Amino acid sequence: MTTAALNLGEHSHPDGIQRWLTTTNHKDIGTLYLCFSFAMFLFAGSLAMLVRAELFQPGLQFFQPNVFNQLTTMHGLIMIFGAIMPAFVGFANWQIPLMIGAPDMAFPRLNNWSFWLLPMAFLLLIGAFFAPGGAVAGGWTMYPPLFIQGGPGYDMTIFAIHIMGISSIIGSINIITTILNMRAPGMSLMKMPMFVWTWLITAYLLVAVMPVLASTVTMLLTDRHFGTHFFDAAGGGDPVMFQHLFWFFGHPEVYIMILPAFGILSTIIPVFSRKPLFGYHSMVYATASIAILAFVVWAHHMFTVGMPVAGQLFFMYSTMLIAVPTGVKVFSWIATMWRGAITFETPMLFAVAVVCLFTIGGFSGLVLAVVPVDIQLQDTYYVVAHFHYVLFSGAAMSIMAGVYYWLPKWTGHMYDEKLGQWHFWLTAIAFNVTFFPMHFLGLAGMPRRIPDYALQFADFNMISSLGSFVLGASQLLFLFTVIKCIRGGPSAGDKPWEGAETLEWTIPSPPPYHTFGIPPLIK
Amino acid sequence: MKRAAVCIAILLSIAGQSYANYNLNLQTPATPIAHQIYDLHTLILLVCLFIFVGVFGFMFYALYKHRKSAGHVAAQFHQNTILEIVWTFIPFLILVGIAYPTTQTVLAMKNIDHADMSIKVTGHQWVWEYEYLGEGVKYVSNLATPRDQIDNKVAKGVHYLLEVDQPMVVPTGKKVRVLLTSNDVIHSWWVPQLGVKQDAIPGFIHEAWFQVDNPGTYRGQCAELCGVGHGFMPIVVEALASKDYEDWLKTKKSSVAEATATTTKTYTLIELKAQGEKVYLSRCAVCHQANGLGISGTFPPLIDGTPFTADVEVTTPLKERGFWKDGKVVLGSKARHLGILMNGISGTAMQPIGQQLSDFEVAAVITYERNNWGNHTGELIQPAEVSAMRKGTSKGVPLP
Repeated sequence: MTTAALNLGEHSHPDGIQRWLTTTNHKDIGTLYLCFSFAMFLFAGSLAMLVRAELFQPGLQFFQPNVFNQLTTMHGLIMIFGAIMPAFVGFANWQIPLMIGAPDMAFPRLNNWSFWLLPMAFLLLIGAFFAPGGAVAGGWTMYPPLFIQGGPGYDMTIFAIHIMGISSIIGSINIITTILNMRAPGMSLMKMPMFVWTWLITAYLLVAVMPVLASTVTMLLTDRHFGTHFFDAAGGGDPVMFQHLFWFFGHPEVYIMILPAFGILSTIIPVFSRKPLFGYHSMVYATASIAILAFVVWAHHMFTVGMPVAGQLFFMYSTMLIAVPTGVKVFSWIATMWRGAITFETPMLFAVAVVCLFTIGGFSGLVLAVVPVDIQLQDTYYVVAHFHYVLFSGAAMSIMAGVYYWLPKWTGHMYDEKLGQWHFWLTAIAFNVTFFPMHFLGLAGMPRRIPDYALQFADFNMISSLGSFVLGASQLLFLFTVIKCIRGGPSAGDKPWEGAETLEWTIPSPPPYHTFGIPPLIK
Repeated sequence: MKRAAVCIAILLSIAGQSYANYNLNLQTPATPIAHQIYDLHTLILLVCLFIFVGVFGFMFYALYKHRKSAGHVAAQFHQNTILEIVWTFIPFLILVGIAYPTTQTVLAMKNIDHADMSIKVTGHQWVWEYEYLGEGVKYVSNLATPRDQIDNKVAKGVHYLLEVDQPMVVPTGKKVRVLLTSNDVIHSWWVPQLGVKQDAIPGFIHEAWFQVDNPGTYRGQCAELCGVGHGFMPIVVEALASKDYEDWLKTKKSSVAEATATTTKTYTLIELKAQGEKVYLSRCAVCHQANGLGISGTFPPLIDGTPFTADVEVTTPLKERGFWKDGKVVLGSKARHLGILMNGISGTAMQPIGQQLSDFEVAAVITYERNNWGNHTGELIQPAEVSAMRKGTSKGVPLP
């Protein structure tokens, strides 16, 4: 896989704010996505700090329940739609063209539009804090009839979701078209890097489910203002229908947030093990199976709504089945490390931690798949622990791994390895101190989304809060390390990682504004 | 590592000083189903632990032995078809092994046949109402924790937030069928020790069942986010031996008769305000706040002349009823006040709470609201007036 990259030279572009507003360059847009998602990550993270401050002790200390519910709801919505998803799109923008040897994304102007929709959407979403009645407080899942009771902030949220949905759909179409049409000659689908594969599958998931979410929230909007009764039993509707529609989107959404993370892991682990990825073909098939199964498991979020027994059993079996392809992925990563020559730079530390911690999240997912046990644990802190193990130590920590891995390429500088390792250890330890006790809280009977709790839950909540403050503060170290790397540091050279094989390492660091004007030849 | 251990030790000691209560597992089961759930959880947990230790044993072995710094040279193998087939099928077989006992329990949980008695449970924002079908007994179970404990003004009791004024009472050894529904938003009725969690969904009735083995008090909470009072609507189930249960039922029936008697009595302002404060704090203060100032933008204040701005969906019905004018809340007529309490305001969070209260309680809370904080109307409303109004409603005369 060698190639000669052609440097087209610096093509002129406007400076300052105009550059970023008008850019159609995949690298600039990738940077915009990543910066935006980082800002949202810190903002939504600080909302979580406020939540943990209130839960530090029993009793109401800082926030009344009304505000507390806004904090938890907005934390969820912003982390999912503002932090995790845009971060992966940022990686896709930077890396997919570089990894497949394409000069840019297929639709550069749409690319600009799909990014700039996002700040507008979040202006609406976060602006809802200032609306009469405040931001949405009904949980990120937006279940009616509770959602119908809210003020204008709820409508702002609906419109924000419409805009984000448009942005995601445009972005996905762009990614699919780029991957299918713009690969360098000789790069067959089965020669693509795993990261590109996982994004191709993720993009199809997005195109399939974002319209479902958009129509579902539109039905909420018409129920709120135009006298329809889609979800109101009094008018012949059904509140549970909302949950079916929402989770038909919501479950694939979970995989939208984890498949690109799998792609990043499958990129990093072979590099630092100095060994090819084990079982490339079965990894591709496993990813595709996870995506297909994602469409037939949604009602496992709803085992307590009063489903018929056949429904409970079907969704339980299909959910358990997901453990099989997920297991294949974990086993393959470990087999990749097996008999390698492993080194532990920051990206690898994060990658190894993700494999381990994500698996804990996977196991708690298996526990939750079992209907009778789920009935005890549904809507408790066990679920909170479960999805933070898959979304923080799965998705967010993979994003961190990817940032450390590709920062030298993007900036041309090496990051400060010592600071990176500090960031890793603080994050990994504080994460477990924060979230592991939540398993026990859930088992002992603490419901989620409550601003105050009974005394038997006090100890673990205090530990969890202390852990979360360290976890939050550690991300400022991350910010500092990234800024330091952007501003300077030892030169990274074209290929700072010994085991790296993909196309982006054949071009200079930082890459010129335009790359692969003449496609490289893949043998 | 050492540093981490020290940190954890410090954290544990800080937390240990206050309460020292570290429950690591599900609550002690009190019904046959809860026992089965407990055992299933233990089984799956052990399977997961076993796999975790095995699989990650390999990983950590590789991380240690196959380090570059230890001089290990990378092999270049990247597939092994037999191994890949094996690690696809073994997990599958393990899953089938788990699915079998699980399916048995699911079928048992769904078997509602031959129930000995039925209790209808209705969720309201934010109380549970219990109706013993066929017995004529129906009451609301309110949070009993005083507001001052929640606001950290006094020490918290042992059953903080898990205590109610009137628990659900059931006989031991009987199969109790619970019929769940809701009057407003989705709630979820959950008592961990009984192994029951079932959503209460407006417009639909769902069933669940339990059979308690031993007398005792079993505590739970609402498990579905239902608004600002979600953390404050506990469930307490008291299981009594059959004979005690019969006695309780008898007393309950006679107290229904007594409550009817309060309707005809006349009370003084002081008596009404005293009772009204209790009702207000348990039922109204979550939204309208203990100081009557409400929450800007959503829950209107109750004090004459207090500024309040919100969506037109909230202000218009208030204005129509004479309770809002030019950006301020005003105190409308007594009859309209009663109307709001009895019928709620559709399309807003205001529920027909009066329907869950006795005539005396309705009279008391309205008198309290009209003669407290900055309101000094001096108007009293007696239970008889409420009763008359209620009969009017039942005949279908619309109240504003």
